[in-house]
Amino acid sequence: MTSVILFCALAWSLLGGFGALRGRTPDARPLVYGASFIVAAIASGAAILQLAFGATPGTAVVLPLGLPHLGMNFQMTGLSAAFLIITDVGAATASLYAVGYGRGEREAWRVLPFFPLFIAAMNMVLIAADAYDFLIFWELMSLSSWALVVAHHEDEEARASGVVYLVMASSGTLALLLAFGLLAGVHGQYDFASIRAAHPGSWVGAVVMLLALFGAGSKAGLVPLHIWLPRAHPAAPSHVSALMSGVMTKVAVYAFVLIVFDFLGKPAWWWGLIVLIMGGITAVLGVLYALMEHDLKRLLAYHTVENIGIIFIGLGLALAFRAERLDVCAALALAAAVFHAFNHSLFKNLLFLGSGAVLARTGERDMERLGGLLRRMPQTGLLFLIGSVAISGLPPLNGFASEWMLFQAILLSPRLSAWSLKLAVPSVGAMLALAAALSAACFVKVFGITFLGRPRSPAASAATETDAFSRAGMIGLAALCVVVGLAPGMVIDLFAPVTRSLLGARLPAGHGMSWLTVVPVSLSRSSYNPLSIFALIAAGAGFAAVILHRYGSRIICRAPPWGCGYASPEDATAASPPLSTQYSASGFAQPIRRVFGSFVFNARDQVTMPMPGGVGPAHLISALIDPVWQCCYAPLLVLVGWAADRMNRLQFLTIRRYLTIVFITLVVLLVWVAPWG
Amino acid sequence: MGLSLPLGLQFLQMFLVLAAAPLLTGFVRLAKARLQRRAGPPLLQVYRDLAKLIAKDAVVATEASWLFRVAPYLIFAVTWIAASLVPTFETGLLFSRSGDLIVIAALLGSARFFQMLAALDVGTPFGGLGASREAMFASLAEPAMLMIVFAVALVAGSSQLTVISTFMHSGSTGLRLSMGLALVALVMVAIVETGRLPVDNPATHLELTMVHEAMVLEYSARHLALIDLAHALKLLLYVSLIACIFVPLGIASSGDRPGPLLFGVAAYFGKLALAAVLLAIFETTIAKMRVFRVPNFVGAALMLGLLGTLLLFLSATL
Amino acid sequence: MMVTLVNSIFGPNGALSLAHALSGALVLVSFMMLYQDRLSAVINVLALHSAVLGLAVAWQAWIQAEPQLYITAVIALGFKAIIIPLALHRIVRRLNIHREVEAAVGIGLTMLAGMGLVALSLVVMLHTAAHSAVLAREDVALALATILLGMLMMIARRNAVSQIAGFMSLENGLILAAAGAEGMPLVVEISVTFSIVIAFIVIGVFLFRIRERFDTIDSTALDAFRGELQ
Repeated sequence: MTSVILFCALAWSLLGGFGALRGRTPDARPLVYGASFIVAAIASGAAILQLAFGATPGTAVVLPLGLPHLGMNFQMTGLSAAFLIITDVGAATASLYAVGYGRGEREAWRVLPFFPLFIAAMNMVLIAADAYDFLIFWELMSLSSWALVVAHHEDEEARASGVVYLVMASSGTLALLLAFGLLAGVHGQYDFASIRAAHPGSWVGAVVMLLALFGAGSKAGLVPLHIWLPRAHPAAPSHVSALMSGVMTKVAVYAFVLIVFDFLGKPAWWWGLIVLIMGGITAVLGVLYALMEHDLKRLLAYHTVENIGIIFIGLGLALAFRAERLDVCAALALAAAVFHAFNHSLFKNLLFLGSGAVLARTGERDMERLGGLLRRMPQTGLLFLIGSVAISGLPPLNGFASEWMLFQAILLSPRLSAWSLKLAVPSVGAMLALAAALSAACFVKVFGITFLGRPRSPAASAATETDAFSRAGMIGLAALCVVVGLAPGMVIDLFAPVTRSLLGARLPAGHGMSWLTVVPVSLSRSSYNPLSIFALIAAGAGFAAVILHRYGSRIICRAPPWGCGYASPEDATAASPPLSTQYSASGFAQPIRRVFGSFVFNARDQVTMPMPGGVGPAHLISALIDPVWQCCYAPLLVLVGWAADRMNRLQFLTIRRYLTIVFITLVVLLVWVAPWG
Repeated sequence: MGLSLPLGLQFLQMFLVLAAAPLLTGFVRLAKARLQRRAGPPLLQVYRDLAKLIAKDAVVATEASWLFRVAPYLIFAVTWIAASLVPTFETGLLFSRSGDLIVIAALLGSARFFQMLAALDVGTPFGGLGASREAMFASLAEPAMLMIVFAVALVAGSSQLTVISTFMHSGSTGLRLSMGLALVALVMVAIVETGRLPVDNPATHLELTMVHEAMVLEYSARHLALIDLAHALKLLLYVSLIACIFVPLGIASSGDRPGPLLFGVAAYFGKLALAAVLLAIFETTIAKMRVFRVPNFVGAALMLGLLGTLLLFLSATL
Repeated sequence: MMVTLVNSIFGPNGALSLAHALSGALVLVSFMMLYQDRLSAVINVLALHSAVLGLAVAWQAWIQAEPQLYITAVIALGFKAIIIPLALHRIVRRLNIHREVEAAVGIGLTMLAGMGLVALSLVVMLHTAAHSAVLAREDVALALATILLGMLMMIARRNAVSQIAGFMSLENGLILAAAGAEGMPLVVEISVTFSIVIAFIVIGVFLFRIRERFDTIDSTALDAFRGELQ
């Protein structure tokens, strides 16, 4: 099956080439995206087959390219197959969506060459079986996505985001490069088999773990390395944003799991602690950022940060359990993390695609100028609602299933013996619960302000339903959210080879019906059967409907609601923004901003009221300070500026002096090497 | 016996909670009225109100979408299912394997999610006001609830409510500080979640003070009946939850004969009545707090729950 | 007899477990005090705190069969749970500050810090004194937590009356620790009590003096005299 993925990658590369050559012809766009959809469907089918029926790890393929003596090694392990499914399901739906969506995209030909290339690079990262390939394709993934971020390069904001993204991506790659350098096999081989065979010492292992956390974390968006993510993801066209947020961050998670769980042996106890705390902070800060944000796509990007935090909480727990040889508990935590990665890719793609549909039909990303879209875009609205319920971690959809498993893993953690972990795990559990509750509030805001109520701008009131291809892509994702939510055991069983190969343990299979009931440890401890819950809810609602319509009134009258004496803004077609007594997104978030924001963001609201009797509008200015930017990046920028000023003189040396510098450097390096000669 | 008896008991429980919920609300109202030396509404007034609402024609705001009309059914069904997963008079519920205490807490979260969306759907300021305040309360109350669940589950070694209830009934826990903390926190969360007095006034219609009432302001007729019933069920759910975890006295176990079962039902109604009286006394003696003092209140519940969990992580006996 | 009764209710080791629960209740009441932000409520919680202490000490007297501990219990109940709170209420009413809300640090933050302190004292006690019995160590840990919470209360409040309440709850923690450690001489106890009385009188007089001078009992007003706050 590895070769199938290779052929798929080749097909995508060819599509990219075709897009570059013939991208401006009118037929190119549907052709490229349609073909990309078919290829992605084949690739995800191959990954599913491999994981469900094939032996993992699958057969290795070596191509006679790349470094001498190394070649290009490719192999599909259980872990990579699981992440291939995540990637290619996302790629398939995004491609299908783009067949229709690209129509509204201005200068679509700029996206065409890089979109298939980006997908191909992600696939290749996942099947790479040596460090050289891994890094090459990792960098290709970064660069092709950078090209997509700056697709609208005439936009000042997109350019600035591109620069930030490039800086963060290259520093992340540098960290991974160093990590792989330290991981080399006994004789300096870089294929993964030799890396696995060589067990690095505890110090080297610790350094590699920290480097991997930095490298993968910066790609995934761990706080404080998330800074590029909410700038870059929304800047790209929506189907690309979906891929970047839903899929590329998971490739980063794959890199972390690969290095830390697969290559490094037994972890030290404090690895889990660091990852846990970073995960907890990321989860809470990510959702708080999202709550303060009113740009639809940027809000979704911040929310990706939150979910990455949740995934890393799971990974941290798995590390902590593994350090104490509690392999069954570790398997639960890791399974929860991978399952959440899969779920997040589903609903985040769905939400980004939905926001793209809104953007295409209204031209607005600012939630304050949307509203009432559920009546105008009923299908998109319903699909977006499914995504919102899923991402808020509410039963019976899929987001809850993985969060529930994570909570079960936390309930097992009193078995850990380290004191600091005993203190940290309950606190992180509270942070996870806080993040889950806040994300429900956040998506009430998103859906309530964007799709419910009355339109807040003429563009919103003129919106119409999006096209069939876009809807098809979203329907696929929404259906998966529901199916996975109702039968989570199916996916957990499918992903079982991941924990089996990495930890030698898996979740206990339920009593014959494991795809229905999730049983993390034992039946007397806890179990969750979403299908029966769903059936009960449906039966309850149906029962109520039948009784009420049989014995009560069935009549519905429509009447305008009482708006405190303000006229309905329906007639005021020209007014923008229309005078309205509706709640705005910032109004909705105000209590939370006051409770949490004043503490975290030093948020200050300043209200200017008109004089008594005056008819002018009141103004609210709310000021936020980004603590991460203030603490980490602002000093760094000052430092870089200072260093740049100092180094500026290097620019004005004579050629002789340049040669002297080169010469001295060479001699110093030779002297450094001499003792080891 | 097979499956029919547990199934029968589960359905009995479902309809018992449905029938008892308005009774509990009515009893609290009556007890409060008597404490204030008023005659108060008759005990069955809540049922009459519901019947009257059901018979009326519904009025829906012009701009409201289908969500506004579907939400009451969802809210009602989700709350009802959650309430019938909590053991009331016997511990062996058939559907207890479907979900544990975390699932029950999350189901209430789902109900609230749709309640808030429905409030925003009308496009009036009151709906937004109620929803945004509710969102703030919930963002602290839900983690507090989960911390309580953690504390209880760690003591009982299970997050399954029937197992917890059986374990607590066996009395092998003794007196534990963490359980005390969890109880105080759970009572505080229950007050917030059911919108009782220091947090929200169930009897108010003053714009600036209401939370739950502001969210359901635009509802009428059968939709309002469903939401009122769901609200009553929620109160019953929290009372049952506190009773089955902390006061499992008299609760029957799964294979019991009719005698203990009947005693279980009687004990359950006794507990409901006691809780209603306590609630009425509490609400009579206390004044409503400012909206922005509520975060302190719920935050304290969160801290207590977290402290209880922390103690269980650190020590074997606390 | 009573010990067997308690044992029969709360299972084996029930007597110790009840002592444990009372110490735990003291910590819980300390948290309640941290949560209050009105002076009269703080004083009521202080009374409750001392009453719980009285019960805990009385129970210790019973299980250790140390009659002199009853005196401590009576002092705690009569003096600290009734007389001092009444006196404080009187002061607060006379100063007309019974509705005042003065927290230097937010309540959420204070409680978060308090939680950290409880965890810290548990970790310290369970970690360092590894040779003695678990239950005894936890009792000491709870007493330490009460002391730390009392200190926190004194730091987190500006108002001198709340600071007195914090100080007294701190002292309650000390007595709890002493009562648990079998054989605390009565002399020490009495001297401690007297020191409290002295402190109370001094602070009481002090309160009125500050009030006369500065028209407030916010103790930060004093800082201006030391040149810290210009």
